[in-house]
Amino acid sequence: MRLLGKLTWAAIPWNQPIPLIAGAAVIVVILMVLAWVIVRGHLPYLWREWITSVDHKRIGVMYTLLGLAMLLRGFIDAIMMRSQQALAFRAPGYLPPEHFDQVFSAHGTIMIFFAAMPLMIGLMNFAVPLQLGVRDVAFPTLNSTSFWLTATGALLVNISLVIGEFARTGWLPYPPLSETTYLPGVGVDYYIWSLQISGVGTLLTGINFVTTILKIRAPGMSYLRMPMFCWTALAANLLIIAAFPVLTATLAMLALDRYLGFHFFTNSGGGNMMMFINLIWAWGHPEVYILVLPAFGIFSEVISTFSGKPLFGYRSMVAATLFICLVSFMVWLHHFFTMGAGGDVNAVFGIATSIIAVGTGVKIYNWMFTMYGGRIRYATPMLWAVGFMVTFIIGGMTGVLLAVPPADFQLHNSLFLVAHFHNVIIGGVLFGAFAGITYWFPKAFGFKLHEGWGKAAFWFAIVGFYVTFVPLYVAGILGMTRRLQHYDVAEWRPWVLAAGVGIIVLFVSMVCQIIQLVVSIRHRDALRDETGDPWNGRSLEWATASPPPAFNFAVLPNVQGGEPYWHVKQHAVAAGQLAAEPDYQPIEMPRNSPTGFITAFFTTITGFSLIWHIWWMVGLGIAAAYGVFVWFAWRDIAEYEIPVEEVARLDRERRRARQEWLDAHAREIA
Amino acid sequence: MGRWIIISCVAFALGGCSGGIFDARGPVGAADAKILLDAVGIMLVIVVPTIVGTIFFAWWFRASNARAHYRPDFVYSGRIEIIVWAIPLLVILFLGGVIWIGSHMLDPFQPISSPNKPIRVQVVSLDWKWLFIYPDQGIASVNEIVAPVGTPVHFFLTSASVMNAFFVPQLGSMIATMNGMVTQLYLQADQPGDYLGESAQFSGDGFAGMHFTLRAVPQAGFVQWIATAQQTGPELDKAAYETLQEQSQGVRPSTYRAVAPNLFDAIVKRQIPPSAASQVAATGPGARPVGGH
Repeated sequence: MRLLGKLTWAAIPWNQPIPLIAGAAVIVVILMVLAWVIVRGHLPYLWREWITSVDHKRIGVMYTLLGLAMLLRGFIDAIMMRSQQALAFRAPGYLPPEHFDQVFSAHGTIMIFFAAMPLMIGLMNFAVPLQLGVRDVAFPTLNSTSFWLTATGALLVNISLVIGEFARTGWLPYPPLSETTYLPGVGVDYYIWSLQISGVGTLLTGINFVTTILKIRAPGMSYLRMPMFCWTALAANLLIIAAFPVLTATLAMLALDRYLGFHFFTNSGGGNMMMFINLIWAWGHPEVYILVLPAFGIFSEVISTFSGKPLFGYRSMVAATLFICLVSFMVWLHHFFTMGAGGDVNAVFGIATSIIAVGTGVKIYNWMFTMYGGRIRYATPMLWAVGFMVTFIIGGMTGVLLAVPPADFQLHNSLFLVAHFHNVIIGGVLFGAFAGITYWFPKAFGFKLHEGWGKAAFWFAIVGFYVTFVPLYVAGILGMTRRLQHYDVAEWRPWVLAAGVGIIVLFVSMVCQIIQLVVSIRHRDALRDETGDPWNGRSLEWATASPPPAFNFAVLPNVQGGEPYWHVKQHAVAAGQLAAEPDYQPIEMPRNSPTGFITAFFTTITGFSLIWHIWWMVGLGIAAAYGVFVWFAWRDIAEYEIPVEEVARLDRERRRARQEWLDAHAREIA
Repeated sequence: MGRWIIISCVAFALGGCSGGIFDARGPVGAADAKILLDAVGIMLVIVVPTIVGTIFFAWWFRASNARAHYRPDFVYSGRIEIIVWAIPLLVILFLGGVIWIGSHMLDPFQPISSPNKPIRVQVVSLDWKWLFIYPDQGIASVNEIVAPVGTPVHFFLTSASVMNAFFVPQLGSMIATMNGMVTQLYLQADQPGDYLGESAQFSGDGFAGMHFTLRAVPQAGFVQWIATAQQTGPELDKAAYETLQEQSQGVRPSTYRAVAPNLFDAIVKRQIPPSAASQVAATGPGARPVGGH
């Protein structure tokens, strides 16, 4: 037995300049950042305040940062794919198939699991406890562990860039291609273990948030007083709990096939690959709604706030959310109409799929009527919201079209399909993430993002989106299938080139986003918001300071109806002064813990050694990761107390800023 | 309005999209495309007003518009709720009918009604080429199908390795090919021509080159092609098949003058084991070395 399993120097792609240079550049950047952090003495601060933090707001910010970093990585993959196809007309292009296949597989995997998921989970982490009017989630240390396990998965995928290879299967590793018979390398194993580990993190997040929303709410915050984002977060996390075990089990079966010679999905030994496709989509379709439901919630908050109106048809929206949550589990077969299930089965699943559009249709109309009679302020989040509505209606229409089996028989796996799911994921999830980030950024950091650069980013994104993906719809209608490393049909060429132009526009949008962040940080004093309520908000997160203190609320709010903060604010404006100072009490908060980080460290080692068959290190990693949890369970002190003077001091500061604002604005509002 | 949109869609499709799924050359493709356009038309009836309404509301109720009424208390209307649930529901009910009828009428296993007896073709997807066996004529071809115009072709499809999908965009529906299983598909070309065929399911490194031509020719041309094929080329016995089964890319079209009896059944029943070559071995000199091999 070799000490390092399958790992040798040959695992590093010495003869492939692209991944080698890209990998080297990433490593250099990481080392430079690390060196800067250490030299400037920020390491203790980072360790104390962020890495070991169990504060849902900090974890939310870290999730979002991870999501944005991975979005950048996935976008670079997208640029490579679009440029390869632009060049590879009757030519080999610059990416050989074995590399191109890894690029599109990594693009999909990274975008879904390590960009979209962390962005949505990050925003839920940040906003849900604040909106519920509570101090933290139900299991704060578990929350930190969830984040670090997700980061482990992202790290493993990125390690595959320089050590070994990534899967060459597409973002879902359909067997038998993904079996060792056809792909004996480590690519599929990187896929399996990075998703298994981050999947555990996601499942724990689901349990954490369902518990939080069901069991921990401010006094008086009944279910039907919760902001819409909390409802969609509840629905998304219920879906996580129901769907992610299916993913874990499916990938475990594939791992058994690959590692121990089982025959779940193999060609030989009675295996059946159709079962994998069935199971993976039984997770995969709910996954789409896990991503888009929180985005719906964000848009509900944004549209209501910037229209200066409560959400129209709140109860109808709750019903539509739960309707989508339920039906999303009954449609997965539409991903393989072309496997020949027969007319009855295809028809039933086609109809079930289009029924989901009823729920989303209701949501669209209720957003429309929220704007109706409103006084709409076009700050950046509202631009993203209107851009979303128009784009998502089109994406929804092409989605229902693909649910019509005879149409799917011609469009399945074509670029039309690719354009459709980018239409709903970019137009829905990503626009939602950007709306949410701009909306809650001032809450997290105490200053707004620069509006000019934000608006520029929006306009380039929406134009870039249409210029990229409308041509792909057309190319799909012309019969161009997805994942082509090269092609020689002349009719497809102009559309592929147009999509290449589109991605340049999207690149400009991304640059605007980065500039927006830099400019905003540099001019943070000019953009500062003292009141904690920069958008004239309606739900409880705007009732506290920006950034909120660790304990969120000095005194837990007593909720009297829907939109509790809006009513408190109206009373204060009418009276010209804040309500009487509350009776402050000392507050107990969970102590920071390195459990999550250390567990994830050992899990990374476990994952890496599983991929490379370094069995002794697998045992060591699992034992150590488990040991960390046992050690955590034995802790004596779980909480620390914030003294009453500190609570009072922080809250009086907030009250002073609020009173100043009231004095300045009460007259003009009245 | 819906009709005009459909017409303009068709005009756009035919004007700008030669060779695509709207440029159908057979009954299945035409029916698929018709259902597709019907569905688009039905949906556009509500999609267009919804988009227009969204943009209009978003524009009219902007804060700077003094003429717009601010109605902050307009948060619920039972009448509007009934309408917003009813409209999508009605559209989906209507579309549900289209789906039900369409997926039965155009189920790939459904024969095409025709006075002509269907030609039988057995399809095997290999890494990375297509093998077509004509069991009744006793010949086989690689990466090229020749079929008589106006006669249905009854395909029986399987895979000797990973999953693929057999797809001729201008003729209609695609269907998956899977090892150990047989799917069926009926297609028919109504006009002579060379039609692009492809795999619609990613199958590995040679996937991009895995296309074929379906040549639709008049009956006489078909008979002649069969006759020529029966006299030229090698014989596809078990040994020849095992050579063909090995991974290769960019394979030129060719024919076999004879085929071992029941070859297709032997492949389906795995009496000839499925191709087992790893894709790493086949990637050629540019292949990336991976530890452990």
